[in-house]
Amino acid sequence: MKNLTIGPAQFNLLEKLCNAMAVSGDEGEVRKIVLEEVKPYADEVKVDALGNVLVLKRGRGKNPMRVLLDAHMDEVGFMIVEDDEDGIYRFELVGGFDTRHLAGKRVIVGREHLPGVIGAKPIHLETDDDLKHRIGLDALRIDLGPGGKAAVGDRATFAPNFKRVGPSILSKSIDNRIGVAILIELLKNAPSSVDLCMSFSVQEEIGLRGARVAGYYFDPQAAFVVDATPARDLPDYEGRENHSYNTKLGLGPAIYVANSSTMDDPRLVHFLEETAVREKIPYQLRQPGGGGTNAGALQKARMGVPVVSISVPHRYTHSPISISRVEDWRNTLNLLHAALKRMTPALVESR
Amino acid sequence: MTDILPFLKSLLAVSGLSAYETPAARLIEKQWKPLVDETGFSRLGSLHGLKRGSGKLPRPSVLIAAHMDAIGLMVSRIVDGFLCITEVGGVDPRVLPGTPVMVHASGSGEDLPGVVAMPPADLLPAGKGDGAIGLEYLLVDTGLAAREVSKRVRVGDLVAFNTEPVEMSGETVSGHSIDNRASVAALTVCLEELKSRSPVWDVWAVASSQEEETFGGAQTSTFQLRPSIAVAVDVTFAKGPGASGWETFPLGRGPTLGLGPNIHPFLHKRFIEIAKKAEIPYAIEPMPRMSGTDATSMQVTAEGVPTMVVSIPVRNMHTPVEVISLKDIQRAGRLLAEFVAGLEGDFMEKIIWE
Repeated sequence: MKNLTIGPAQFNLLEKLCNAMAVSGDEGEVRKIVLEEVKPYADEVKVDALGNVLVLKRGRGKNPMRVLLDAHMDEVGFMIVEDDEDGIYRFELVGGFDTRHLAGKRVIVGREHLPGVIGAKPIHLETDDDLKHRIGLDALRIDLGPGGKAAVGDRATFAPNFKRVGPSILSKSIDNRIGVAILIELLKNAPSSVDLCMSFSVQEEIGLRGARVAGYYFDPQAAFVVDATPARDLPDYEGRENHSYNTKLGLGPAIYVANSSTMDDPRLVHFLEETAVREKIPYQLRQPGGGGTNAGALQKARMGVPVVSISVPHRYTHSPISISRVEDWRNTLNLLHAALKRMTPALVESR
Repeated sequence: MTDILPFLKSLLAVSGLSAYETPAARLIEKQWKPLVDETGFSRLGSLHGLKRGSGKLPRPSVLIAAHMDAIGLMVSRIVDGFLCITEVGGVDPRVLPGTPVMVHASGSGEDLPGVVAMPPADLLPAGKGDGAIGLEYLLVDTGLAAREVSKRVRVGDLVAFNTEPVEMSGETVSGHSIDNRASVAALTVCLEELKSRSPVWDVWAVASSQEEETFGGAQTSTFQLRPSIAVAVDVTFAKGPGASGWETFPLGRGPTLGLGPNIHPFLHKRFIEIAKKAEIPYAIEPMPRMSGTDATSMQVTAEGVPTMVVSIPVRNMHTPVEVISLKDIQRAGRLLAEFVAGLEGDFMEKIIWE
């Protein structure tokens, strides 16, 4: 089988997607890019009541399986909540953050991407005791500079910073623009054997809300959730074995078995593994437990949907700069492509 | 008035941590060459620019020092392709997680971009992962495989902040190393202003090295050049989020004039007179003990030198997102030029205590 490749066009698209701002509930920038990309390749495109982009590409032949691929478009970010005057604003978090990633970072604010910073008190003015404690959210502000103008309700996020370095990508919002990029590439190379449904979903980071209605809309026979999953494959400070790495960079797509809100469908887990072995594509099983993806919402759509999550590992989730491996991106893309080609309704008709 | 922004931005983009200032020094030398009569380097790496005065020999001289070195990090250990780090200058580890950095890899001579990583709590000793994470537990990740890292990076390699400079509202600029490249820019404004003036005194413009670690650059340059008086140009704390005490000054409303034991009161008074005459806004900055600037060491060099400190307010000092007002840089530069141009031949005879 001919492998799909990651070339300049794919890098450019991912860069555009990562550098866009799409804080949960305000996904317009990414939605615009997605609509431009999918329209020439889709049979139906619809933007629903929540802002999900729902795409259908019909298969040919008899009785094609109705398969849903989901990737969330939204990212964790900030909302301006109070004007402290003269370009300084209080902000709230949208989605899960470790607030220790916030001080000393560049941000962009609002539709115009106004440049700003989240500053910190100079070390010279801190006491030794201050330095032992975290800088709390209530001490942090977004500063646009004197006279800077944002509006309460404006969204903000970390400043764009996409970079390719050796085998890796460094960027904000790899979670989950890499999933969005994979879906777009699969649509462009859609196998004709399935009715391919795609949800580019909203509001994943604040409770899997977009996927819930997308699952209802499509009523698929099976679903794949394509996301970015944390790789916590760092060395232990005291040299002990790292038992809770979740996933590791470079070992291939991470197939989920279970997380805090989903038992992934064992037939689909097995099918992905079998496909990977057949196609000689490396893969890893994400360590079970914790975390969550849109699978949690999709599996309970209507009368239920067999679902499995498959993710690209990335280090430093929900931080200003995450790191992923290009080979994991390519292998995730190809594993899904190979899997789609092999899918028939029989896969989920018996236990 | 010349536009200092392009030069400032190029200064903020060039590396030069304490004792490794050469890339910054070369850039500054290029900018200063047309503005001074000669340039040279000190044994510790400070850049000296001499603009000769019009007075009779032997002429008095004023040394104006703006340190060009920057704070940052240094590789202390390499573990599985991750870099352990220590600090160069004073760094608050709490601003580091997620910070973009540039590793100056001496093994291969490359600059490798990377990010400061905060390991999950369960990979740190008990209790060390919950609050503020200490510098010793943070890592730098270059995105390269472990074997590639060990080929390229060595212990002792420099790790600089890599936030790109950006213009913000109110004619401000944000970036790293604004402390103290902004003052180098102000000193450059001063030299440009002096081009059309003809000061009586010799002027030594000094981009000093190693301020953030030892004050050693300015101290040794002062000994070498033996100026009659010396002025340190540095940054001070601007009022802003988290900073509102007596040590802080409004951003964009002029430089500050230091007052305290590191400063000769007669020079302080003269700067106030000059600022008033030139209608340059300023604030008085109380410096009750050490000024924390090059003046601290310049004052006690050789037989002692009358010193002054002029500072430019900056927000978030020593973070990767310092913020400064371009107008304040221009004002500090113009104030220095007015001071220098106004130094009369017998000024030294006027410097009296009581």
